[in-house]
Amino acid sequence: MEYSEKVMDHFMNPRNVGVIDDASGVGLVGNAKCGDIMKVYLKIENGRIEDAKFKTFGCGAAVATSSMATELVKGKTIQEALEVTNKAVMEALDGLPPVKVHCSCLAEEALHAALWDYAQKNEIEIEGLKPPVEDVDELHHHGHEE
Amino acid sequence: MATKIYMDNAATTPVRDEVLNTVIPYFKEYYGNASSVYSIAKESKKALEKAREQVAKGIGAKTDEIFFTAGGSESDNMALRGVAEALKGKGNHIITTKIEHHAILHTCEYLEKQGYEVTYLSVDEFGKISLDELEKSIRPETILISVMFANNEIGTIQPVAEIGKLAREKGVLFHTDAVQAVGHVLVDVEEMKIDLLSLSGHKLGAPKGVGAIYIRKGVPVQPLIFGGAQEKRKRAGTENIPGIVGLGKAVELAVADMEAETKRLVELRDKLISEILAKVPESRLNGHPTDRLPGNCNISFAYIEGESMLLLLDAMGIAASSGSACTSGSLDPSHVLMAIGLPHEIAHGSLRLTLDRINTPEDVEYVLNKVPDVVQKLREMSPLYEEVMNKKV
Repeated sequence: MEYSEKVMDHFMNPRNVGVIDDASGVGLVGNAKCGDIMKVYLKIENGRIEDAKFKTFGCGAAVATSSMATELVKGKTIQEALEVTNKAVMEALDGLPPVKVHCSCLAEEALHAALWDYAQKNEIEIEGLKPPVEDVDELHHHGHEE
Repeated sequence: MATKIYMDNAATTPVRDEVLNTVIPYFKEYYGNASSVYSIAKESKKALEKAREQVAKGIGAKTDEIFFTAGGSESDNMALRGVAEALKGKGNHIITTKIEHHAILHTCEYLEKQGYEVTYLSVDEFGKISLDELEKSIRPETILISVMFANNEIGTIQPVAEIGKLAREKGVLFHTDAVQAVGHVLVDVEEMKIDLLSLSGHKLGAPKGVGAIYIRKGVPVQPLIFGGAQEKRKRAGTENIPGIVGLGKAVELAVADMEAETKRLVELRDKLISEILAKVPESRLNGHPTDRLPGNCNISFAYIEGESMLLLLDAMGIAASSGSACTSGSLDPSHVLMAIGLPHEIAHGSLRLTLDRINTPEDVEYVLNKVPDVVQKLREMSPLYEEVMNKKV
């Protein structure tokens, strides 16, 4: 298994690591059991994503996709941001090894969860956005079973 | 970055210079097939028997109890499947542990599909089995006990002599996967009452693709590979003479200076362990503090994931390994770390550094300087760490 140069660049020098204290929306998805948790912070003004930050617990691919996903949504409108799919993130990274594709799904889910949080807080509806499926706390506990 | 410091010797080791020099003539000069009658083949035959003697001596066995194979996995397969088949009229129950190498575990799964029953012994927080549980697991139909000598991930050494004694008393055969042990810790099949033992060349400075199985005289084992009459019809196929010569030499060399090398490695290992634990908060040692392989250091760091650690260490020229899911090739972290009771997230954050002859005190210093930075960098990126820090404020 080998990562592309772009993946390694975004892993070694991740963009947008951090938190946004007055974030408009925060999304937390993932699963300690399989070793990936992503938290995405969005600052949204006038329907446009002004800033995006992330924190990620996970492998090289998880960090790189978080970095790339936050890069891609910055400056975009909410509707444009919804088009930043896992496929788009993967393509921007010149691909991921097959066993790592699920990491890119997590990045998309984290973005959507942050947008959902924003919509909830502002009591608006974002067309085409579904509620986040993953509850990280629940999965935390699930992770201890077996 | 090129690897400057190799600390993954439990995965494989470089071939030792003395071994390489001994092996080279057997590629071009003495290339004869050991089964042939002419002079050049006699050299191969002689070398084969010398290597057998060297391996036998290294583990306290008799020369005719050593059979060469293509490595540890083949030896493990041969021990389990060979005994299971040979004794299927006697019983169908095998006892092993939850922390074995996959060469044992996957062979057991295969045997279960063939109608055998397997008991997987649990281990305590240090990775040791309980002799009491072992004794209670023995049934009239138990034909084999297979417990690894020392664990490849966490380095824990099992009470092999006690297991051997118990197995002998109960009249059950005892196999041990000693791939990580031979050449690193004292192994004496006679004293420890071992009936079958697997060993591998490339874990002790011999080439890859060669190993051996010790089968105590009189122990019935069906062959896995049929063909020619090599290895007393126990293992067909033209002998890998260069590999076998290398294995013999490597065992001889390793056993010769084991005492001094163990002392040196234990010192380096304990420095590595104690200083990492002291420098990095919320880190823990995996495995037994003292009953562990001289070169094994396995530490978990809370809130971070192993593969990320390995990539950052690699960028600094350090080669290491981890038990995280992303490095195990599945979604679950290492079965060994789960068996000692680690929660998933702690198992994901494990780092294994395994020292051997090639490592120096300078290597240890270098790694001690880098590991805390790598952990800190990843923690600063981790939402789990953020959560905990926020609670502390």
